[in-house]
Amino acid sequence: MAVPIQYNIRNLTLRKSATIMTALGIALTVTTAIFIMALLAGLNAAFKGSGDPLNVLVLRKGATAELSAGGVDREALAIMKDLPGVARDAQGQPLVSGEDLLVVVLPRNDGTGETNVTVRFLTPTGIAMRPEVKLFAGRWFTPGQREIVVSKSIHSRFAQANIGDSMWIGKGPWNVVGIFDTGGSAHDSEIWGDINQLSSDFDRPTYNSALIRATDPVSADALKNRVGDDQRLKLNGMLETEYWAKQTSTGSPIKFVGTLVAVIMAIGSCFAAMNTMYAAVAYRSREIATLRVIGFSRPSILTSFVFESVLLSLLGALVGIILMLPFNGMTTGTNNPVTFSEAVFSLRMTPSVVISAVVFAIVMGLFGGIAPAWHAARREILVALRD
Amino acid sequence: MTLISFVRKNAFRNKRRSLLTLASISFSLLLLTVMMTIWRAFYLSDGSAESAQRLIVRHKVSLAQFLPIADRERIRSIAGVKQVVNETWFGGQYKDDKAENFFAQFGTDPKELFLVYTDFHIPADQLEAWQKDRAGCVADSELAQKYGWKIGDRIPIKGTIFPLNLELTLRGIYAAPQNTQTLYFNNIYMDEGYPRIKGLVGFYGVLGDSPQAVPQIAKDIDATFRNTDRPTKSESEKAFNLDWIAMLGNVKAFILSICGAVVFATLLVSANTMAMSIRERTREVALLKTLGFTRGTVLGLFMSEAVILAAVGGLLGAIGASFIVVLIAHAPGIGLFFAGVRPNVATIVVAVLVGSTVGALSSFVPAYNASRRNIVDGLRHIG
Repeated sequence: MAVPIQYNIRNLTLRKSATIMTALGIALTVTTAIFIMALLAGLNAAFKGSGDPLNVLVLRKGATAELSAGGVDREALAIMKDLPGVARDAQGQPLVSGEDLLVVVLPRNDGTGETNVTVRFLTPTGIAMRPEVKLFAGRWFTPGQREIVVSKSIHSRFAQANIGDSMWIGKGPWNVVGIFDTGGSAHDSEIWGDINQLSSDFDRPTYNSALIRATDPVSADALKNRVGDDQRLKLNGMLETEYWAKQTSTGSPIKFVGTLVAVIMAIGSCFAAMNTMYAAVAYRSREIATLRVIGFSRPSILTSFVFESVLLSLLGALVGIILMLPFNGMTTGTNNPVTFSEAVFSLRMTPSVVISAVVFAIVMGLFGGIAPAWHAARREILVALRD
Repeated sequence: MTLISFVRKNAFRNKRRSLLTLASISFSLLLLTVMMTIWRAFYLSDGSAESAQRLIVRHKVSLAQFLPIADRERIRSIAGVKQVVNETWFGGQYKDDKAENFFAQFGTDPKELFLVYTDFHIPADQLEAWQKDRAGCVADSELAQKYGWKIGDRIPIKGTIFPLNLELTLRGIYAAPQNTQTLYFNNIYMDEGYPRIKGLVGFYGVLGDSPQAVPQIAKDIDATFRNTDRPTKSESEKAFNLDWIAMLGNVKAFILSICGAVVFATLLVSANTMAMSIRERTREVALLKTLGFTRGTVLGLFMSEAVILAAVGGLLGAIGASFIVVLIAHAPGIGLFFAGVRPNVATIVVAVLVGSTVGALSSFVPAYNASRRNIVDGLRHIG
């Protein structure tokens, strides 16, 4: 027969200060773990959720990132426009966008210095090919004007990124005329401007990359291969979604340090939980013996104490989750090694993050509880009663 | 029995509890030490004397924009500049695109590189061999060791930024004051393989004649190029490195919040243990007081016990941290951010001090309560 759960709950409430202190210690560990997992979840969401499965990104052969030097010239763009499977807009124009990326240095508005920000140059067609990006305030840039639009995150994180401000890019200032909202995709780290205006500034005869929209997923795959096989092009195509998904490696320094921190803190908390449980067992040694005399078996005593430890750590997990809630959705940035510029993302306490945190706490509770519970179950009844 | 041995014996009288507390505190303080070591390496250390004398000159807009090679001689002519070398980030892949096969490659001028990086040491014959071979390269000794490279080995690098694959031959291995994970090759190879880059370089490394002169040199260089179509941003090597760290995100806040959480967790663990251990000894306290020990002495005895436990925990944690720090500095796949992080005595001392302080703070309330307790009540207490 199992020891009633009520017994464990009452015991935890009886030893209030020890319970609270141990649970708080576990809570801090859980908070740290959630913080790191939420960071990584936000980064993953920014990259994995970016791109459209119908869009094919074209880069020079051998290039792995849009920032690579040159590669897609105007003739190649014209060839790609005539490939079968390319979608067309309402006016019958093929949806192919020649694009270029630049990196500019902007000062953060919290005074922590400056950092690199990606500027994407494209045409209105390029904007139309990314339906997830919507205008949030102001208006889109006018082709042929030195105008740029910034993402919501750039707007909130950097000084000089309000409508009416101007930024020095290339040979002169560009005016900020609008703010766009990407719903948390990788474009949230970007500033957009007119490609033709940029070409005249930098005298660049070629594009860095091209984006082609296919009519359906099957032709997207076919287009990808066709671009790679076309001897005239010397280019390489990949699905836009695959391209962004590869950049999740951006999170590897955070992942490394984060895992280290969480594991070390978890080991520390395990020992603390073990300590509390050993004290709980020692304190109740006569009580446990009485339970045995009444007829509770060794396994049920063992389960009961392990359960109490898990209960303690679950309490910690709950407090930890509540402590982290205010930070949910907070926007932050890290370096994207692929573009050498800032990747903006937000902390996301997704259900899987919360579940992992709870599992993490249960594991701590199990490790902390098993040895003391074993000790409790193994004691000789007579010795314990005489204590 | 002296008071010291009394404290020592009491601190370890419940061996299991003491050991568990010790383990818990030392893991927490291990983390604290690691974080403090990283903090120190990032923000407090000044680097080598040679590093303080160097500047990095880059395009004002960003590192991804090139500067003309002709700027080199103009920089050289600025007062206080001793040596200048051009460097261009190649960003290629060695073997495959796995993170552990990533290292930095720069196209540079073999005749100038070691004149600017005076703290990099390379045997004279190896340097000469490199200068004679346009397809030659030199590598950091730790990098060479990691891949098992020997002089004369072929090192193929696949270009990802530039449409050019390099077939390099290792001509020399240099020793740097800290792991740089860098390979240098002759930029002429790049110019010939990809003519569009000819005459353009990524940035300049500049050696000034003294650390004090560095800010003025930076100002003078930027003034020289202010009204050209390629304005520069010059800063000390240290400031340049800090820019990179700042790009990782709000590292300072991250480290500080972890340190805060760790110290608080340690405080809880220690307070919990001391509360348990003092509660058990209520009768003993009363006995001590009957024997004539004052409240102050009793308070001191209990607090010393906690301080001993926490300080020993801190020391153990700090020693463990030293091993972890060495591991982090050489971890593959997380870039060069932690290459300069190394264990040091100052951080260990701070960890032990933090441990002792936490011990003292955590034991104060239970120890104070115990010392104030009425003797008769204490003697009647049933544990």
